[in-house]
Amino acid sequence: MRYAGIDIGSRSIELVVLENCEIIETKQADSGFDPMAQARKLLKGVEHDHIMATGYGRHLFELSFDTPTVTEIKAYAVGANALFPDVRTILDIGGQDSKAIALNENGKVMKFEMNDRCAAGTGKFLEIMAHALGFGLDQFGAEALKATKDIQISSMCTVFAESEVTSLVAKGEDRREIALGLHASVVRRAVGMLKRVCPDGNIFFAGGVAKNSCMCNLLEDALGQKITVPQNPQMVGALGAALLADERK
Amino acid sequence: MSEDYTSMWESLGLDLAAHDALLEVLGKGYQDIYLAQKDRPEGMGYFDFVMSEVHGLRIKELLDEKAAGRKVIGSFCVFVPEEIVRAADATLVGLCTGADFATEEVEKLLPRNTCSLIKSAFGFKLGKVCPYLESADMIVGENTCDGKKKSYETLTNLVPNLYVMDIPQVKSAEGRALMKAEYLRFKEAVEKLTGVTIDAARLKKGIEIVNNKRKAIHRLAGLRKADPSPISGLDALLANQVFFYDDPVRFTDSVNKICDELEKRIGNNEGVFPKETPRVLLSGCPMAVPNWKLPWIIETSGAVIVGEESCVGERGVRNLTDDTGNTVEELMDSIVDRYFKVDCAIFTPNPDRLDHIVEMAKTYKADGVIHYGLQFCQPYLMEAMPVEKALEAKNIPCLRIDTDYSMEDVGQLKTRVEAFVELLK
Repeated sequence: MRYAGIDIGSRSIELVVLENCEIIETKQADSGFDPMAQARKLLKGVEHDHIMATGYGRHLFELSFDTPTVTEIKAYAVGANALFPDVRTILDIGGQDSKAIALNENGKVMKFEMNDRCAAGTGKFLEIMAHALGFGLDQFGAEALKATKDIQISSMCTVFAESEVTSLVAKGEDRREIALGLHASVVRRAVGMLKRVCPDGNIFFAGGVAKNSCMCNLLEDALGQKITVPQNPQMVGALGAALLADERK
Repeated sequence: MSEDYTSMWESLGLDLAAHDALLEVLGKGYQDIYLAQKDRPEGMGYFDFVMSEVHGLRIKELLDEKAAGRKVIGSFCVFVPEEIVRAADATLVGLCTGADFATEEVEKLLPRNTCSLIKSAFGFKLGKVCPYLESADMIVGENTCDGKKKSYETLTNLVPNLYVMDIPQVKSAEGRALMKAEYLRFKEAVEKLTGVTIDAARLKKGIEIVNNKRKAIHRLAGLRKADPSPISGLDALLANQVFFYDDPVRFTDSVNKICDELEKRIGNNEGVFPKETPRVLLSGCPMAVPNWKLPWIIETSGAVIVGEESCVGERGVRNLTDDTGNTVEELMDSIVDRYFKVDCAIFTPNPDRLDHIVEMAKTYKADGVIHYGLQFCQPYLMEAMPVEKALEAKNIPCLRIDTDYSMEDVGQLKTRVEAFVELLK
């Protein structure tokens, strides 16, 4: 039997296929403006017996494909627990939302916090700021880490922060230092959210923003502990959904 | 609606085009949220009718009462004692506060960061779409939260008949004395408005009518302890909402009829959701018609609501008024005693509310509590944190929601509520 999990996020769609609890296939695509068409493309030629959907677009997928769904909170918990069974706290920063999830020793969700309606402190924020400073998103973290000091950014709102960045650039400030300041502001917000779920034990960092090296470094400094980042931080939700599809059969 | 009420609405000075638009949205919302539910008790047909006629037949009834010389008093809060209003043969109605309306006009008068409920009250007035408000001979404002009491300073310029009642904020002897003085002053104002002298017999009658209404709601609440729950939380909320509008005697009969039906359902082990559906207690700010957003999200996310710790719910109806007194003085004291127990978050400190939430979670066998805080409602948002702590100490999961009347956060709320329901399973 092959079990698939599909995570339809605001920015990207991930697909994981399992057979005998081993990952046999992973795929990724941008969500674009028609996520269902993108999902269809992603699924083309992929063999599976059962599928479960998660992420922001799960209900749309449920309507189009008549499949069961699970929230990304539970999917991340299950995925993280499968990868690292000793994880007790998950930080997930995705394209337009961020979550802190506390697990018990069996990997069950005990408590979670989620950002509210605006995209402050999420991948979207970093993406817009990278663009404003002329960095590619892939280089943004590495470039920020080259700065020797950071410039404090006071606005967390994407719109205000962008004007703040523009005025700092106009003042001739170093764009790497601005970048470091921007990362630090996202980290402050993430740490605040983590503290509210009372983090315990090993912290697992997932979602697209976990690919950003500056975020990981600053988080470790702020938390005073090593954090665990999986090899493919964007696949954790899809993996969790695939495992749940298996559990459900 | 069964009849054409256009001329009635016109005579009340409503903006007909805006009012039509409102009714259309309300009707669509009711269709999608209420009528789309499965296995509803047959007795809910009464409430479907009430809702379909909420701006029609019910307003006509009120206008007929007015034509017969009786008065209509509008209120925004459960601290306005209905017993006194009834004793003067007048009718108390809850005023519309459950939807955004004419927001741009409202924000010329109130800061943007005012809670949706207060903004809504203003919106219905400024948009000229609330026939209850326009029918009222007296509108009672009450000094509860800062938002309300300061907004009444502005509302008094918009309506000719605002009466403001002071409400204590501390449950002390002085607080009770203030409430008593204010209730006596209100009694005099009602007497003046109606021309009726309220004697002990009239007060007793008023207490009886209102107590009966509360008893019917208590009975309904008690039946929701069953698993499977015989009625959805949305439908039970609707009964609690209509409590504020309907003719009290007819309302009492209708709720009791539903209860008869629910008892049969429980006897047959029937419910609206399967047995062992996760059970949620909703706690926090009041939900006025048509503010059904969060209950709708909860009950379409795999959970059933088994109780409302709310003014539109158990906080509003919890205690009966003692009717054993024989003098106006004694009966007024019983009324004050009854309302002084309401554990609204405007009181400081307010430990009774914490106890009641824990007690309700146990009584209704709730698996978890969702705390509903209206954005910018300081009293309830401030209490949300100690509520969460107290519940966690008792191993009762709690989700704090902070939202308003807009629909822009529905997707986000759905994810949070679904994840909460997943952890209750």
